[in-house]
Amino acid sequence: MKKKVLTVDDSRTIRNMLLVTLTNAGFDTVQAEDGIEGLEVLEESNPDVIVTDINMPRLDGFGFIEGVRQNDRFRAIPILVLTTESDAEKKNRAREAGATGWIVKPFDPSKLIAAIERVTA
Amino acid sequence: MDMNEIKDIFFQECEEQLAELESGLLRINDGDTDPETVNAVFRAVHSIKGGAGAFGLDDLVAFAHVFETTLDCVRSNKLQTSSELLKVMLKSADVLADLTAASRDGGSIDKSRTSVLVKELDAFAKGTPLPASAPEPVKQEAPAEPAPQATDDSGFQPVPFSFDGFEDEAEAAELPDEAIAGRSVFTVRFKPRSDLYAKGNEAVLLLRDLARLGDLQVRCDIDTLPPIDQLDPEGAYFSWLIRVETDKDEEAVRHVFEFAEWDCLIEITPGSDDEAFSAPTAAGEDQPMAPVPFDLSMLEEEPVVPAETAAAVVVPIAAARPAAVAAVEEAPLAPPSLPRAEKALAAEAEKKESAVAAVPAAPQTIRVDLDRVDRLINLVGELVINQAMLAQSVVENETGGSSAINLGLEELQQLTREIQDSVMAIRAQPVKPVFQRMGRIVREIADMTGKNVRLVTEGENTEVDKTVIDKLAEPLTHMIRNAVDHGLETPEKRAALGKNPEGILRLTAKHRSGRIVIEIADDGAGINRERVRSKAIENGLIAADSNLSDEEIDNLIFHPGFSTAEKLSDISGRGVGMDVVKRSIQQLGGRISITSKPGKGSIFTMSLPLTLAVLDGMVVTVANQTLVVPLTAIVETLQPEKQDIHAFGPTQRLIAIRDTFCPLVDVGHILNFRPDLANPIDGVALLVESEGGGQRALMVDAIQGQRQVVIKSLEANYTNVPGIAAATILGDGRVALILDVDAVVTASRGHALSSEMTLSATG
Repeated sequence: MKKKVLTVDDSRTIRNMLLVTLTNAGFDTVQAEDGIEGLEVLEESNPDVIVTDINMPRLDGFGFIEGVRQNDRFRAIPILVLTTESDAEKKNRAREAGATGWIVKPFDPSKLIAAIERVTA
Repeated sequence: MDMNEIKDIFFQECEEQLAELESGLLRINDGDTDPETVNAVFRAVHSIKGGAGAFGLDDLVAFAHVFETTLDCVRSNKLQTSSELLKVMLKSADVLADLTAASRDGGSIDKSRTSVLVKELDAFAKGTPLPASAPEPVKQEAPAEPAPQATDDSGFQPVPFSFDGFEDEAEAAELPDEAIAGRSVFTVRFKPRSDLYAKGNEAVLLLRDLARLGDLQVRCDIDTLPPIDQLDPEGAYFSWLIRVETDKDEEAVRHVFEFAEWDCLIEITPGSDDEAFSAPTAAGEDQPMAPVPFDLSMLEEEPVVPAETAAAVVVPIAAARPAAVAAVEEAPLAPPSLPRAEKALAAEAEKKESAVAAVPAAPQTIRVDLDRVDRLINLVGELVINQAMLAQSVVENETGGSSAINLGLEELQQLTREIQDSVMAIRAQPVKPVFQRMGRIVREIADMTGKNVRLVTEGENTEVDKTVIDKLAEPLTHMIRNAVDHGLETPEKRAALGKNPEGILRLTAKHRSGRIVIEIADDGAGINRERVRSKAIENGLIAADSNLSDEEIDNLIFHPGFSTAEKLSDISGRGVGMDVVKRSIQQLGGRISITSKPGKGSIFTMSLPLTLAVLDGMVVTVANQTLVVPLTAIVETLQPEKQDIHAFGPTQRLIAIRDTFCPLVDVGHILNFRPDLANPIDGVALLVESEGGGQRALMVDAIQGQRQVVIKSLEANYTNVPGIAAATILGDGRVALILDVDAVVTASRGHALSSEMTLSATG
């Protein structure tokens, strides 16, 4: 069965790149533009893994991850964070919020897929 | 979708982000202290950087990164905003826009601009704003000790020496099975904490990942598993001892645990620990469950729940849940290492929550290719024409006055009009982007002229057809430059006059009777009429003794070739004057006027049609041809009387309109519809205003009526036709040409009086 990935990113460019990369790698992809929409899409789409940006309007990545972890249905879902740099402070905050792992932007498609495969069964 | 399309999307997005960035900075400059504004500004730069990184646009990434770092300081309250900082940031936004454009269109930008700003931004981020002239960093000291090889002339070469060989030997004794060349053995001790599972990581997956590196020997220690009544289903009790034989290095092994290293104890040592594998653990004998070799085949199973939870299914999960949830909730706050950041985070989160509730649903939009919209507009144009034709043929055939047909026809007409309006609304765009661009123009020119200017915009959301917007930027830029350069005084002069040293430039857009009116108002010195007048006399535009009203003098600045600047300044000069502005506005079917008060400032007002797809025209007959004259060009129409017509030379004629004389242009003759000049008394004269403000009386045979027509371009099939702007199809199905009034007037210049002489004649 195809794995379903939810991507949350406010940049149209990144959303499109994720969509192309994930679709080519054989994933089902659902997308959201910010944390609030991410939580909504999460409920209806029931993904296997989440890839999220940090800096977003309305609800940022930290808040989004906390929201997911507070949801009984999804608290054990793997969440990968897209970070622009390997900024230790941001990585730690994402981790404290409950992120499973991270991908450093600009991501290389093979690394993205490898990271997703590492956290999904 | 391929990468190129995504790249296009990226640049589109950049445009939006840049606009967001600039407007955010301007709001902050105006005293907006909402943290969300700073966040939005930060995100804009961050997004550009992210996308640019994906496309390898290194210059853009590098600059955005520096900019972002400084913004991050502002965002986290490490750096207070100040007018100096905002000035640097606005300049940086401009450079970012230039870099984006350079990345898109090729080309490069002045490196020195970037490097100066990078230094300034850096200084702000480090909390040490550079003084006006920043001292260059001290030169790096030359290395005190030259490299030994360089000076050693004895021919002695140091040989690297290591004890590796001995170590290998010692290890080899311990590790009999490290026989395969190039492979190394590592022992990994791995004990997850419950956090590891809470964050969606999974020991089984990590082991499986590790198994990809080479051969594994895994032993799971389940000694620590408490009796079932004491077991926390969300707890972590197992630990693993793993022997990895791989051709990869220790880094690769460690990398497997990259995501997990915070939430587990992980110890990786080179070599094998056979003792640990063979010996049962200390407490082994007493425990109900002895360490069992971990069966790798288990790894292939699809785990539904974290492995340890699976092992403890007998425990009523529901009862244990509250504790577990509490643990998860506590987790983010656990390490109190950065109390300040934590507090800020908490405050931010709170803020977010309240902001979330307040944010209204964003307007739903879709992106549509402009070609599709244009096609739709064209089709609707056809529909309008078709509807008119149908209506006419019904009238002509007099279908017995069937009320059903007439009623249907009327409804069709109404619907058509509504469809037309709605379609036009699709192309309508707010003038905001153009207005926003003007902010930068003002900053640049204020910098160049040393003036202090504040741009105030109003009615940014006023909508107008996209084509009009696209063509608006150029005349607007020119007028803004002009207003700052010539209109506003220097801060010193303003202060001396008792005015605020900061000049105000007000840019306003509003709808007025089916047109858009844009005003550019400055509170500067106003037009210096004495100077304009003497200049006009000097240039031979007016006679030395002409008696002009203030308004007439003001309007002289629109005259071709008129420029009051003593020398062409780099700023508003550029070899073009207000006449060019006027012409480009007229090409859009618009008009421009000026009102000025000495000492108080000037207001330029331009009024433009809302769309270029339809036009209100006067349908006229010329030599049995039907032509349409744009209504905006027509000042008035008149029936010439014999005594008003005066011959001027062999072929030229003037018409007396009240107390002025105006050249009479025979449209039919100019367009070569007829070889001879028509008798003006048989026709109608349309008084039109053309570029440069000169008036002409266009002579046509008859006026048929006035109607809205759909503009059909001729250029695709006939290229440029002199004297004809476009064509349209009338209700009766006939094609009518739309007259290019300016071109006709220009063509008439060859044989007619020049407009300058007209002015003298009127004076």
